Amino acid sequence: MLDRRQILKGAALIGCSAAAHPLLSTVTFAAAPGENRLCVIILRGAMDGLDLCRPVADPLLAAYRPGLAAARDPATELGNGWALHPALAPLMPLWAQGQLGVVQATSTPYRDKRSHFDGQDILEAGTGGDLPPASQRDGWLNRMLQAMPGLGSETAFSVGAEGMLILSGAARVASWSPDTKLALSPQAQLLLESLYHDDPLFRDAGAAAMALAGEIGADPTAAGPGGNGANLRLARFAAERLAGETRIAAFSIAGWDTHRAQTGVMRGNLARLAQVILALRDGLGPVWARTTVLAMTEFGRTARENGTGGTDHGTGGAMLVAGGAVKGGRVMGRWPGLDEAALYDRRDILPTSDVRAWAGWAMRGLYGFDRALVEGTVFPGLDLGENPGLLL
Amino acid sequence: MPSHATIAALRFGYGLGPGQASDAAALLADLDGPDPMPGRFPAPGMEAVQALILSFREARGASKDGRAALEAYRAEQRHAVALTRANGAAVIARGVAAPVGFRERLVAFWADHFTVIGRGAELRPMVLAFADEAIRPHVAGSFPAMLRAATLHPAMLVYLEQAFSVGPNSVPGKRGRGLNENLGREVLELHTLGAGAGYDQADVRQMALLLTGLTWTPRGGMVFRPGAAEPGAETVLGRRYGGPGPARIEDIEAALDDLARRPETARHLARKLAVHFCADDPDPALVDAMAAAYAAGDGQLMPVYRALLAHPAAWESFGQKVRQPQDFLIAALRALQVPSEAVAGLDVAEANRRIFQPLRRLGQPLGEPDGPNGWPEDAAVWIHPQGLAARIDWAMNAPRLWRDDPPEPRAFLAAALGDAADPGLATAVARAETEREAVGLVLASPAFNRR
Repeated sequence: MLDRRQILKGAALIGCSAAAHPLLSTVTFAAAPGENRLCVIILRGAMDGLDLCRPVADPLLAAYRPGLAAARDPATELGNGWALHPALAPLMPLWAQGQLGVVQATSTPYRDKRSHFDGQDILEAGTGGDLPPASQRDGWLNRMLQAMPGLGSETAFSVGAEGMLILSGAARVASWSPDTKLALSPQAQLLLESLYHDDPLFRDAGAAAMALAGEIGADPTAAGPGGNGANLRLARFAAERLAGETRIAAFSIAGWDTHRAQTGVMRGNLARLAQVILALRDGLGPVWARTTVLAMTEFGRTARENGTGGTDHGTGGAMLVAGGAVKGGRVMGRWPGLDEAALYDRRDILPTSDVRAWAGWAMRGLYGFDRALVEGTVFPGLDLGENPGLLL
Repeated sequence: MPSHATIAALRFGYGLGPGQASDAAALLADLDGPDPMPGRFPAPGMEAVQALILSFREARGASKDGRAALEAYRAEQRHAVALTRANGAAVIARGVAAPVGFRERLVAFWADHFTVIGRGAELRPMVLAFADEAIRPHVAGSFPAMLRAATLHPAMLVYLEQAFSVGPNSVPGKRGRGLNENLGREVLELHTLGAGAGYDQADVRQMALLLTGLTWTPRGGMVFRPGAAEPGAETVLGRRYGGPGPARIEDIEAALDDLARRPETARHLARKLAVHFCADDPDPALVDAMAAAYAAGDGQLMPVYRALLAHPAAWESFGQKVRQPQDFLIAALRALQVPSEAVAGLDVAEANRRIFQPLRRLGQPLGEPDGPNGWPEDAAVWIHPQGLAARIDWAMNAPRLWRDDPPEPRAFLAAALGDAADPGLATAVARAETEREAVGLVLASPAFNRR
């Protein structure tokens, strides 16, 4: 069984050799990945894709979800029988400009156990979950970086208080939280460096911390949590990095496990997600045109509302894509329908695509990766299939 | 390698200090003796918390009836926040005060195993009530008893939403309410068998159906309502529970007992304890020994701890674990000789400034893990650039935050680490420009952050 500890441990071990390079240098690397930006948002807790993007023309939707599907808003009707959740109304201008789209009925290869924690590990490792441990020691964004020449110290950025498994691995990745501050006297810094010298875990983290603290400083707007402040700070920070040297960034937003009273929870969560995406757009300015945002989750939820106004753990879900580089304004993926016989296990949306294939095609479009690299190294064992035309 | 006494204090307790354990026998004796900490730093039990929830919700319901009603609701909110802050201070104070600390560490471990989170100001105080009522009495007792107490405790029924789940074919089910799988799934995945064990979605659903009838009200606490239970028997892992008669809570308890006694559960718990105390990747022989002790003792926990502490790997792997932020804070306060009463006596604002805000910046907001799986264990999850930066920042400011004058650095080093201090650390302490920085260096050192 795949396990986060193993992956992170692998990352820490390989970190020793990476530390031979100065983590930050004054040399500006040629931006080998080019000018294209990729931002991955992990939605932790299993976001309900059927609530995000609803097949409103299918009478089964209302039959399965009398409470959840009740609220409608003409502003978020998409045509072709689909509607976005009303809370996403602020994103409709993006939809109209083709800068927002949804991939429906997609998932990782993880099946049946429906554990958040294994599901997230598999999503971030990007493996099938049945591979030998050696190929599961890092996250897929890191394996993508490993295949890129000339990475700079901040080409890739893991944003937030947690380390992101998806970016863990041998390739160098900067990691910071907008709330972090660190001010040290030069002597204290020297002494700490000597204390950390023989402990690779502390040496690498410490070196990066001291370098980043000097460069970034503390976010003057940093404050306690509440409202959407914390998520917006992540988004603004990610946008700031991506507008500079960073080309690949990842952060996560938790709170999508809606077993009960989903109507209110999803309304709030999606309104906040909309703010996050708009903050990315605003912060990225002109480079938004060269940006792809993928918001993915570990799995979807049951097609039917449960007995407590929510939904339980399911299988097929949805991925939200945004950015000036995407060919949006569409619901993508093959929709299997809601007929009971079409459901997975007679309860969940049937996944008709592998979420990794969409990410793989994004990588090909953004960074020119060839098929063999994506199928052999980044997502070992994946069949990319036909080009779904995710990007412009 | 430091002495066993040092390892006992750093690895199985909250750090060195007067009355610390000298060896394995002294650690185990801590569990045989009285449990003075809840008496010394008390917290309201679930009954009191339920009274608070009731008055909070009444005030909330009436809050639109004019200025006085709104003010009454605001007062309830302030009261709930104050209680949460006081509870947090009590938890930290218990760790600071406990001479041996092994019992407090085990309470924290098992409370994390059965994570409950209070979503909403009025629900947060139930987290400590849960730990004190469902976990603490059983840490030196039997796991089956702890599993029963935890599963049936109001805080768990609220957090994992069992209180809202009813049998789809029960009377309320036919009126439109129904099943919620949340608790049924986590009992199997997190609390007993573990995600890798051989159960499937059908077992999850059957477990959830079996749990129906179990609910909670703020007025009556946990109640079992046979009329809300799914009629008929359920089959979990091939065993049938219940039957044609009225649903009984005894059937739920029987299923929990059976789950607690499964070999998968023994391994899951043994491995989790070994990971928590010894190494992110523990010696398989250690896990085997603990799982065997669990099975032989029919779920009694003392034999498991005895097997843990008797195994050489538990001592030889010293240093492989990283102190999680809450334990780091407690150990630092012990080393700084902050009196536990001063911690427990912090007012709302100071508890926020000195405990809640720092723990949030350190990545472990008190009582708020992401989900029912609790806090992660891996060293790399805690020691990354932003995590270590927060530790260094706190370490450099802690002496000023918590004391009028910094302690004498060499004495502080000895008090904090004893013979676990390495010569390089002693040198760094001697070279620091100020006493405050010297103390900060000790707190930020790998030696102090590992165990």
